[in-house]
Amino acid sequence: MAQLYQSQRAMRNRRQAALQRGVVAIIDVGTCKIACLILRFDGPQRFAGADGVRSSAGQSSFRVIGAATTRARGVRFGEIETMRETERAIRTAVQAAQKMAEVRVDHVIASFSGARPRSYGLEGVLELHDGPVGDHDIARVLAACDLPDLGTGREALHAQPVNFVLDHRSGLQDPRGQVGHRLGVDMHLLTVDTIAIENLLHCVKRCDLELAGVASSPYASGISALVEDERELGAACVDMGGGTTSLSIFARKHMIFAETVRMGGEHVTSDISQGLQVPMATAERIKTLHGGVVATGMDDREMIELGGETGDWELDRRTVSRSELIGVIRPRVEEILEEVRARLDAAGFEHLPAQRIVLTGGASQIPGIEGLAARILGQQVRLGRPLRVQGLPSAAAGPAFASAVGLCLFAACPQDEWWDFEVPHDRYPARSFRRIAKWMKENW
Amino acid sequence: MRPLNHPVSGHRLEPPLTRPVPPPRDPAPSRIAYRLHRLWLTPLVRILLRRVLPVAALVAGLLAFVATPENITRAHEGLTELRRSIEQRPEFMVVALRIEDASPELAEDIRELTSLTFPVSSFDLDLPHLRAEIEGLDAVGRADLVIRSGGILEIRIDERVPVAIWRHREAVELVDVEGRRVQGLSETGGLPPLPLIVGDGADRAVAEALALIDVAARWEDRIAGLVRMGERRWDLVLASGQRILLPEREAVAALEYVIALDGAHDLLNRDFKAIDLRNSARPTLRLSPEALEKLHLMRGPGRGDDS
Repeated sequence: MAQLYQSQRAMRNRRQAALQRGVVAIIDVGTCKIACLILRFDGPQRFAGADGVRSSAGQSSFRVIGAATTRARGVRFGEIETMRETERAIRTAVQAAQKMAEVRVDHVIASFSGARPRSYGLEGVLELHDGPVGDHDIARVLAACDLPDLGTGREALHAQPVNFVLDHRSGLQDPRGQVGHRLGVDMHLLTVDTIAIENLLHCVKRCDLELAGVASSPYASGISALVEDERELGAACVDMGGGTTSLSIFARKHMIFAETVRMGGEHVTSDISQGLQVPMATAERIKTLHGGVVATGMDDREMIELGGETGDWELDRRTVSRSELIGVIRPRVEEILEEVRARLDAAGFEHLPAQRIVLTGGASQIPGIEGLAARILGQQVRLGRPLRVQGLPSAAAGPAFASAVGLCLFAACPQDEWWDFEVPHDRYPARSFRRIAKWMKENW
Repeated sequence: MRPLNHPVSGHRLEPPLTRPVPPPRDPAPSRIAYRLHRLWLTPLVRILLRRVLPVAALVAGLLAFVATPENITRAHEGLTELRRSIEQRPEFMVVALRIEDASPELAEDIRELTSLTFPVSSFDLDLPHLRAEIEGLDAVGRADLVIRSGGILEIRIDERVPVAIWRHREAVELVDVEGRRVQGLSETGGLPPLPLIVGDGADRAVAEALALIDVAARWEDRIAGLVRMGERRWDLVLASGQRILLPEREAVAALEYVIALDGAHDLLNRDFKAIDLRNSARPTLRLSPEALEKLHLMRGPGRGDDS
């Protein structure tokens, strides 16, 4: 755990260095696409009010100067599978973005959706001796959280204090400066597979870049797609990506749960490909142009040419009605949404004061999905688009870029995490105290 | 109707009408290309390559060129040759000399002095120097040098006009109104019909001398010349050796006075040595010894000290 603490702190320092330099890159490693945005930080409030962008989430302090997207290679279920291919894809995206920005970036903040994220709610209690609560006390109470057994090959990605309890008052955002005897904290810990982070680190290093931060994709899309009220009152963000559908639950402005369903838009495409016996590329095109989840009588008459290049006339001139296509798409989408429902139920989503569900991500663009989702997930469903960010090209402003935009906000003003506080002194290894004592003895 | 499975002789299998499906386009920069691109985006490298390197290459090339002396001489020769070829163009060549408003002897003198060999490039002509040289001639008051179209060097001369003969210790010369020497006179040559002035400093008062000669025009045949005394006043010397000593100032008025006396009393035919008008309040007549003797006799004894 100490090693993780050190590496996360090092990443925070690199992020600070990148902000000092003013340029930082964002890489969202998805299953379908890899997006790279280059941000320039010009100081707070520099772009406030321009182009209708207001400073609600700190997005007024930067602007996007380079954006590039490339087809993801070697990524499955949001995890890096073929290192070489992924490295090439990252290189392509970063180079194109650099070319657009005409600036060289050295620091990247990356996100990925897979790696089986698992959420833990931790609790820590500390008896205070004197005076108001300070940074030191917070560090101590965070260190006092009893850590569950994470399992082998797991690593903490986020460890955010979400709630503080002072004596009998709960729901404190920031107890610093207040006086009390007993300080408690609720911390949300998100762990992922270590191997996924290491693979990502290796790929980024092979591209001559330095990793200045890692975020989980559900967290990133949550902070970009949810509006402030939803984050305050409780909402779930469902990011329907290519290979995974990730969901994150926010309450009291903090993420309290994150989970991934290992199904996404690519499964829909492969269903079409298998069901209609067309190549994957054709299936993707048909899905994008004619896809839907609610069939009407009109759709029986709308015939879709499947096309083909085989040279077999019979095979190349096949047509299907749109109803048939919807008949292929709908069960898979229903399956995904039901899986999401099951995860939400497991997380106890129904106990939140508000149960707003926001659909975002590339697969949420299927027409009619909000009706289907309302039937499965509950009535309060809306389609979410990411927050507007200064300088973002309109091609990169769709729901498919929710996690990339969220990562920009994460880069601009990250939430306090466990490693943002100093290590409490009593947690230092005893050896160093012994060394100090020895030095004292020798010198006095 | 042909059976479907019946092989057709001589009919080969046709290739499919469609082209083979190309592999999906998958552009990705190589690692080298990626690194070079990043290097190119580094500001320092960019400045080095775009600003510093060209200047450095230029300077290095120049230094390498200058380092060998043959290069410099060759470049110098080339430049000189180029300059020569431009100067020698017919537009810039001067082919003739024309001297205007000069007497034939003077023109000959000028031709000898300049000693130009035509054709000559106008770049090679040093007109100010030439002008100074020509104006150095005594007979030339002013010279204007112009290169006219057609390659003609025109020298317009303003000749000095001799107005008097000046005899001084060294030589006898002709001088103009300003007292500048125009021409020397040889011993053997005859004198031109000009008034004679004598003495040091006479050349600085030629104008006054001319005015005096003008006033004394009726004595023209009797005047021998004017002598400058002490570089400040004139003596009018008559052919008979008599002198009229004129004052320093208002010499003309004094001379007019003498002329008036001469007209009234026939003064010049009297026997005297000099008329002294230096003090205008007291004009004095210096008689010759014989005249003085005669005066003494006329006046009788006892009054000999009265002059």
